[in-house]
Amino acid sequence: MTCREFVDFLMAYLDRELAGDTRGVFEQHMDLCPNCREYLVTYEDTIRAGQLACSEDDAVPDDVPEQLISAILAARDLS
Amino acid sequence: MARPPTHPTRGAFEDEAELIAALQRGDAVAFEQLVRENTGRMLSVGRRYLRNEDDAQEAVQEAFLSAFKAIERFEGGSLLSTWLHRIVVNACLMKLRTRRRKPEESIEDQLPGFLEDGHLTEPTPGWRARADDLLESGESRKLVRERIEALPEGHRTVLLLRDIEGYDTEQAAKELGISPGAVKTRLHRARLALREQLEPHFRRSES
Repeated sequence: MTCREFVDFLMAYLDRELAGDTRGVFEQHMDLCPNCREYLVTYEDTIRAGQLACSEDDAVPDDVPEQLISAILAARDLS
Repeated sequence: MARPPTHPTRGAFEDEAELIAALQRGDAVAFEQLVRENTGRMLSVGRRYLRNEDDAQEAVQEAFLSAFKAIERFEGGSLLSTWLHRIVVNACLMKLRTRRRKPEESIEDQLPGFLEDGHLTEPTPGWRARADDLLESGESRKLVRERIEALPEGHRTVLLLRDIEGYDTEQAAKELGISPGAVKTRLHRARLALREQLEPHFRRSES
């Protein structure tokens, strides 16, 4: 397995969707290639980083336009 | 039964159950509180999905109108903020489906490069810490949000639905009108592209 194939198979590996033989070859490559081991860790960290960065309370903007709030309340009065 | 948590910045109605009851009897003060407490959070979701301020504001307005119509049937199975979050995500998806489709920007040049023999063109030094530590800083969280928002629309939307909202592959495929295989391909490519974007900021410095 090459590093390119390792990267191609990463998501399927983490989702436990790789068939036994391919999984074995994937893990063998991981044992031998420190670069790909790091790649897998940083791929997982990328997913986690997205989740942490987009957690609801963190992403609240401080520039909520008052006209938007007024428009929503006015639309409710009309409905 | 556990009492629902109270909101830290509650206005006239400090308790979630009181607020829901007031909304269901049509209390204008309760509606204003609901809108003031949630518009910012919903607007940030709209901006993330739609990357256009007018569309994001429209999605928030449409979401609130749907919520106002449905509030009588709200049974309190989730927090109001969680319920509104789901409604605004749906409003964004509806907008993405109906707005004039632009040709998808390519993601190819954001993917990792490989040499002819299959090795990565750049070695991976690893990051200086794990994500939980790196993302303790508000600046890092902002950077990650900006990089997600910069992904091409079709890839960004899949990443948001799968990794952030927690949809499974089948649900995301149904919402987006694409095959489950296309969801998987786009998700993997979106993660690879995001990883490439974050690497220069998070990599371990070489000694």
